[in-house]
Amino acid sequence: MSKLGDLGARLHRGEVGYDFVGNRKIWYGVSILITIIAIVGLAVRGLNMGIEFQGGAVFTTPKTSVSVSQAEEYAREASGHQAVVQKLGNDTLRIQISGVDTGKSDEIKQSLAEELKMDPERINADLVGPSWGDQIANKAWQGLGIFMVLVVIYLAIAFEWRMAVAAFVALVHDITITVGIYALVGFEVTPGTVIGLLTILGYSLYDTVVVFDSLKEQTKDITKQNRWTYSDIANRSINSTLVRSINTTVVALLPVAGLLFIGGGVLGAGMLNDISLSLFVGLAAGAYSSIFIATPLVADLKEREPQLKALKKRVLAKRAQTEHVELAADGPLDDEAEDATPAVVGPRAQSGARSRGRGGKRR
Amino acid sequence: MAAPKKGRSAGAQSKPGRALALILIAIVALTGGMFASGHTTPRLGIDLAGGTSITLEARSGQESAINKANMDTAVEIMNRRVNGLGVSEAEVQTQGRENIIVNIPKGTNSEEARDQVGTTAKLYFRPVLQSQAGSGATATPSATPSGSASPSPTSSASASDSGDKDKATSSGSPSPSTSATSQGRAVTDALKADPTPSTSGSESPKVTDSASPSASASADADTQALQQKFVALDCADEKQRAAAGKGKSTEPVVACGQESDKRWTKFVLGPVGVDGTDVTKAQAILDQRTAQWKVVMDFNSGGGDKFAKITGQLAGQSSPMNEFAIVLDDAVVSHPYVTSAVTGGKAEISGSFTQEEAENLSNMLSYGALPLTFREASVTTVSPALGDEQLEAGLIAGAIGLALVVIYLLAYYRGLSLIAIASLLVSAALTYLIMSLLGPAIGFALNLPAVCGAIVAIGITADSFIVYFERVRDEIREGRTLRPAVERAWPRARRTILVSDFVSFLAAAVLFIVTVGKVQGFAFTLGLTTLLDVVVVFLFTKPLLTLLARTKFFGSGHSWSGLDPKRLGARPPLRRTRRPAAPADPKEA
Repeated sequence: MSKLGDLGARLHRGEVGYDFVGNRKIWYGVSILITIIAIVGLAVRGLNMGIEFQGGAVFTTPKTSVSVSQAEEYAREASGHQAVVQKLGNDTLRIQISGVDTGKSDEIKQSLAEELKMDPERINADLVGPSWGDQIANKAWQGLGIFMVLVVIYLAIAFEWRMAVAAFVALVHDITITVGIYALVGFEVTPGTVIGLLTILGYSLYDTVVVFDSLKEQTKDITKQNRWTYSDIANRSINSTLVRSINTTVVALLPVAGLLFIGGGVLGAGMLNDISLSLFVGLAAGAYSSIFIATPLVADLKEREPQLKALKKRVLAKRAQTEHVELAADGPLDDEAEDATPAVVGPRAQSGARSRGRGGKRR
Repeated sequence: MAAPKKGRSAGAQSKPGRALALILIAIVALTGGMFASGHTTPRLGIDLAGGTSITLEARSGQESAINKANMDTAVEIMNRRVNGLGVSEAEVQTQGRENIIVNIPKGTNSEEARDQVGTTAKLYFRPVLQSQAGSGATATPSATPSGSASPSPTSSASASDSGDKDKATSSGSPSPSTSATSQGRAVTDALKADPTPSTSGSESPKVTDSASPSASASADADTQALQQKFVALDCADEKQRAAAGKGKSTEPVVACGQESDKRWTKFVLGPVGVDGTDVTKAQAILDQRTAQWKVVMDFNSGGGDKFAKITGQLAGQSSPMNEFAIVLDDAVVSHPYVTSAVTGGKAEISGSFTQEEAENLSNMLSYGALPLTFREASVTTVSPALGDEQLEAGLIAGAIGLALVVIYLLAYYRGLSLIAIASLLVSAALTYLIMSLLGPAIGFALNLPAVCGAIVAIGITADSFIVYFERVRDEIREGRTLRPAVERAWPRARRTILVSDFVSFLAAAVLFIVTVGKVQGFAFTLGLTTLLDVVVVFLFTKPLLTLLARTKFFGSGHSWSGLDPKRLGARPPLRRTRRPAAPADPKEA
């Protein structure tokens, strides 16, 4: 842990740093690749939609010694439909029968209970009409759409449109990855999954917003200096918030991991498990995208602005001029840049540097 | 920009006790409120407490029929149905635009409830063939003695039998013509008609022919069976009542109906004359002239014709055969009598209605007129055992999650983590208190997704502390001592926390408003905890840190405080060392 603390200090001082923005092409490539894989997976394998989306019945029995194959047979007899039976961690059975009418389910439950020699009252039933899943899914998409529009508007106001666009892209990216993983691995998609996926929305943006916040601050007076390009500062923002991003992600993942292991390990499949699985995948994707995609994208978009383009030209020209060639390669990671600016650049740039970004507030 | 923030944070610094006192008072007040309300635990949803939860989806040929008024009426009717089963705890509520959720707690017959609730409300107008009031109640007030209790082609003997059996009114005379008549609901087209029913004696049983052709067509055996049923029917008995009224629309049935004075009347009803769907509109209106409430209804053209026909047949007959029954869900909700044929597609039902009664009736008539049906979208039955298990699993998962977060924070932030942990506990306490209070207040029920939301929220809440602590540590790395570092870090951390919490809250709010079912419970908890996060960070974490910064342990950066400047790699104090520090930096070259 203290290693991470040291890392934090070194990141803060700029002793170490990774050129996220400089290597963005690699990460864009990685993301495009992942996205393509996700889309292909989705197209080829499709999603394994749970019973809630197709309609059918899920019965959960109390503890029993009846074997899975036996239960499958019983369920088939009782319903006339193919049944999928899973044994859960606590020796209970989960019996899924698709394509049965909600109206018929009571009879099925009764006869199942008889054959399994159980009290029907103790069998849990989850019956879903075929249109319910559609409705949940539709509402989820609708919610997703509304949320995205609102969040883009909000980010455009709180920050600026480029950041809003970048955050939007990162969000779509997270969802694509998550859905892709579901398609590829074949995890079952349930309303719990949808809940998890929708939660990722807010969460994925949390890290992104933290980085953007720092970025906005540090680039406030960027055009008044000619030492760093926007990309340089964007990269520094990522690095200086890296420890924070790692910590927030870890802390967010820990309870979700608790849910996942309890939900999956102890209780067997169920809502806890469904939610936490999609959260787990989505949170990881969200952390990745806020660092590797959202911020570099902002830098890309920003540097299309004429004044920043001009700045970049100025900076690059200046760097070529000076003897410190290595600066062009990896120097800009330095978090102390603004502190150091006066020392290196001298009085000429001092006023600009001091009023820039963090300088203004911190001193 | 820097100046006002400085001023504010300086202000906050000077009075950290005030904020802490405020949150303490809030907690005490909420706790007091919780005990005062008598709900010391959050209300549990069906999936945690056991029971059955039914989600119904409105279906309609025309989209516009699914609107708030119709849904509310449907909820009201379903409420009547489930509560008719003696399930007083059952709750029926709309969710989203087109769903109705019916939660039936454990211990009630969920199958029966499902039968009741899932079916479409059926509204019919059936002619009354025979009626008998007052099972088990006081004598019928001002019963109009009418000899004929037997319009259906059966003997009056059986009618008197029924009188005995039902220990109805002094049973010598078979079935007086009902309180209904005396309490008179008259259907007229002009309201001019004399409300006194004709009290002619036993008229020909042949009237049945006109009222219900199929009855006469049916075999004697059928009518006899019907009569037996009528005799045997005891409307005071809940079970019998629930079974009554069922039957084909083309055949006569026995049914029960409750009068406004709560007494039950039983009926033999003819085949359906007019379908409820033929009513295009029904409204409760206060008659200006008589100062009485009445219900007016409009029929569509087919319904108008049918209604004219049925009223034409009923008018002029003896009571109770001049009545028609409005049957909703197999129960007679009203049985006005007819004095003349009602033509023209409009009708009025007048009588001694209270406003509420009139509105109820018009609602039911309206509802029956709507092509709104419901389909079971999902039914979840959870045994109490599994509910307990799931709740337990949720709590264990939450405890493990919390423990993991605490361990991580302890290891990483050392002493500082105590503040984070205390803040998490305050946040948890507030969440628990508010959830407990929201149960009775707005019917909030903690379900499994909501538990999940609360667990996930641990991470979100901890995030805010991390944002702030990292800021503080950054300041310390800059060479500041703790007290100024705490204050300087706050304005910027505050902004970050607000912006990102706003995004979280936005997500939760949109989810809550747009989505349905289980997603809602999750969104609600997430939104609530996000709000509480802001409250806790502002009123607890920050003031507490300010206070603790004054202590020696934290203030001097003890190596276990998590704020040890050396460990954080701080440079020696700011001004003095800036220049020497710069060349030391490898990047500066």
